Amino acid sequence: MFITFPVAPKIKIMQNILNEYQSIAFEEVKVWFKAGTLKDFPSNRGGCIKYKDKQIAIFNFERRNEWYACQNVCPHKMEMVLSRGMTGSADSVPKIACPMHKKTFSLVDGSNLNGEDYSIATYPVKVVDEEVFVGFLE
Amino acid sequence: MIKVIVVGNGMVGYKFCEKFIAKSGQEKYQITVFGEEPRRAYDRVHLSEYFAGKTADDLSMSTSNWYDENNIILNTSELVLKIDKENKTITTHLDKTFGYDYLVLATGSAAFVPPIKGVEKEGVFVYRTIEDLDAIMTYAKKIKQNGATEAAVLGGGLLGLEAAKAVYDLGLNPHVVEFAPRLMPRQLDKAASDMLQSKIEKLNIGIHLNKATQYIDGEHSIKGMMFANDELLKVDMLVISAGIKPRDELARVSGLVVGERGGVLVGNTMQTSDPFIYAIGEVALYNQMIYGLVAPGYEMADVAAEQILGSDKTMRETIDMSTQLKLIGVEVASFGDPFIENDEVVAIVYENKFSGIYKRINVTKDGKTLLGGILVGDSSDYNGLFQIYSNAMALPPNPEDLILGSRGGESSTMGSAMDLPDTAVICSCENVTKGSICCSITDGTCESLSDVVKLTKATSGCGGCKPMVVDLVKAAQKSIGKEVKESICEHFHYTRQELFDIVKINKYTNFYEVVDHHGNGDGCEVCKPVVASIFSSIYNDTANKHVTTQDTNDRYLANIQRNGTYSVVPRIAGGEITPEKLIVIGEIAKEFNLYTKITGAQRVDLFGAHLNDLPKIWKILIDNGFESGHAYGKSLRAVKSCVGNAWCRYGMDDSTTFAIELENRYRGIRSPHKLKGGVSACIRECAEARGKDFGVIAVEGGWNLYICGNGGANPKHAVLLAEQIDKETVFKYMDRFLMYYIRTAGPLVRTATWLEKLDGGLDYLKEVIIHDRIGICETLESEMESLVGTFECEWKQVLEKPRLLKRFNHFVNSDEKDENIEYVALRDQKMPKPW
Repeated sequence: MFITFPVAPKIKIMQNILNEYQSIAFEEVKVWFKAGTLKDFPSNRGGCIKYKDKQIAIFNFERRNEWYACQNVCPHKMEMVLSRGMTGSADSVPKIACPMHKKTFSLVDGSNLNGEDYSIATYPVKVVDEEVFVGFLE
Repeated sequence: MIKVIVVGNGMVGYKFCEKFIAKSGQEKYQITVFGEEPRRAYDRVHLSEYFAGKTADDLSMSTSNWYDENNIILNTSELVLKIDKENKTITTHLDKTFGYDYLVLATGSAAFVPPIKGVEKEGVFVYRTIEDLDAIMTYAKKIKQNGATEAAVLGGGLLGLEAAKAVYDLGLNPHVVEFAPRLMPRQLDKAASDMLQSKIEKLNIGIHLNKATQYIDGEHSIKGMMFANDELLKVDMLVISAGIKPRDELARVSGLVVGERGGVLVGNTMQTSDPFIYAIGEVALYNQMIYGLVAPGYEMADVAAEQILGSDKTMRETIDMSTQLKLIGVEVASFGDPFIENDEVVAIVYENKFSGIYKRINVTKDGKTLLGGILVGDSSDYNGLFQIYSNAMALPPNPEDLILGSRGGESSTMGSAMDLPDTAVICSCENVTKGSICCSITDGTCESLSDVVKLTKATSGCGGCKPMVVDLVKAAQKSIGKEVKESICEHFHYTRQELFDIVKINKYTNFYEVVDHHGNGDGCEVCKPVVASIFSSIYNDTANKHVTTQDTNDRYLANIQRNGTYSVVPRIAGGEITPEKLIVIGEIAKEFNLYTKITGAQRVDLFGAHLNDLPKIWKILIDNGFESGHAYGKSLRAVKSCVGNAWCRYGMDDSTTFAIELENRYRGIRSPHKLKGGVSACIRECAEARGKDFGVIAVEGGWNLYICGNGGANPKHAVLLAEQIDKETVFKYMDRFLMYYIRTAGPLVRTATWLEKLDGGLDYLKEVIIHDRIGICETLESEMESLVGTFECEWKQVLEKPRLLKRFNHFVNSDEKDENIEYVALRDQKMPKPW
């Protein structure tokens, strides 16, 4: 038995999703959302949190004593996977490599480090009294 | 412009063209080659490999456009009938006439067919060309279908034994029939010959010595051979390989001087009785001899090319007939004068009937000079002995050390290749000296082994000199302080092999220790998995121990798929599974709505598992006796097998049991890249074992072990490492091979590429893991033993330690699954919505 379905191009839907993610600077933050406590985020790797309709990847870059956050969706194939990627650095810029096709992005400004067009949105993170917060506009 | 016509397109004719072009410099020339065979020149020395699966193209000496590129006109399937010496022209069977300035006869030889009554019968063949081989194959297939099992080979010399191997490979039982009282009478003495015979007979190859064949029995086709004492050998096919006969008919009809027993008479310039006509190779009669070896033929080609271009190079007075080869799996070599016996000479003999080894060297009475020798069963000393002989080098105080090894001493008695004089000929096929190999590196002309091979052609003939050439190139590179390095990434200026040693020596167990002490920065997606894999290879840590540095699939112990879900592959060792376990897999697929597919590795892959569901799925699997199949890891995937002699009517051994044993032995071991294996119970090779990193195939008398094959983007057949070995030896070689690969390969380099890049290639690898040349076999074995003994299923570990379960949640702050995952229908199942 063969069933054929009209297939809606996924890219179009995902493009709308992508538009929901825009980088925010620390001073622009209106809402600090409590993502979890320190022990929820193991060192030197990522964890994904849900905030409204967004999926945000948070990285406890303990080796550098730094925290970063970015969209969880990889703009290359639109899969919600960046939090499962591997952290590292390129010329001492902290970066994340997507687990699907190893596209790498700067965790500082979200730029693509393989010389490709697409980039990712990054978000401010702060840690207060063992609690981890991510900053949003709304 | 010089017009040269070459008659004959065999190895020597081809070599003449190659040498001529290389030496021609500014000289303008037009070379026209005539060959009666329909194809380009091919490697006749390795003809029997045609039966072992090589194609005519593999055997070809050149690429198809080589002739065009070098301005050579090649006329195949065209036979030259006549030479007009007066007008310097030739005429072909197409009645075309061509003019020449110089003519080179390289017509070679034909198989010598003794005048036995009935040789014209159907089923009697000679063993000389690819066409002969095709005819033999077709006939063998036909008679096998009619139930025939026995075939004879006439001739117990070098060529005869080659032919016997070919018959053996075709699945018939060969009977070697020889007139003389021993095998290889020209190269071996009686004791050596007996040793060879007993080794060959072990393979169920019949040896019939002292046999004069009276006639070929049978009506139209051969049914047997009748010997002098009215003894009948029943066979359904006969391959004649009893010697060669120079193809001098063109020279005869054209009035050139030929020898009494054939061959075109030449002097040391290779000129025939007509100064504008040269003869080279097996058609040339030099010093009253026809030389049926490739090395003298190549030297003749060289002399003729030099002479035509105006040099005064001449052929050597004495021609070395030393040979080293492998006959039906037995190493055989002889050099210098193998038989010499007189008052001034002492023969030193080592004979070991248990391991089938015979060695003899002939030394002058004063113990100072090596005159010749014979090696059967183990010819690994050949290169060293040959150099000592041909360079008249001093012998050690106890000459017997040369074949027995220095007992109690420290270093090898041969010394290193670097101790040889610069004039020592290393590659005798191409006449390349040690000096020219080393110089090409030290003066900067060449950078690598492959450059040297390209420039000098060393190793491209019989290949026996390869280990020495490799050593020389390495030593020369070292002498100018050169080292070639491939560092991993910006964080480490080391190769994977160096990093492996660094980790091992310093006993590091954490990535950041390594990068802090020996690298810089924070690491990346390249070096982190490399170091994690090294930890696993050394300490057999499971992937659970290095979660942050493992590649993503290792982190979640599953394969990430297109939509970010995972696939689950439990181990089904050797592809053998009970109905009960199959039902468990089916029930899981139904419960978690997974797409199921049978993989190429004889397992079942379950696709579309949510990250959150992985531990639940594995709980059920493990409760039902499954374990991780490591389909996600750079480690052993699976060992594929055919059903074997338990069920198959052709199976020669129990391939499934062996596959399961191999898979269970090496499961879970992390390596530079994935590893796949296969076991077939006969040469039909249903398990496709030669397309794997390691493949074992049952043959008469044991197993053949093949290594370093793969499918993928660049398919490669695995190559033979050892033949007819028992199971225990397979495991021993496998342990050494895998561990050596794990230690030395670059990141994500599969075994095939690794072997390609390994200096010295397969020969060197054999030296290391079979002959223990660098003395590491014991270490490799014990390292492997410790890995094998400490296997743990990493999924079981996860389920036993709840804190490890946390990483399988998609969200840190919610137990929900990723809602963005959508599916569409695919036949009766589903697939991710397309990108």
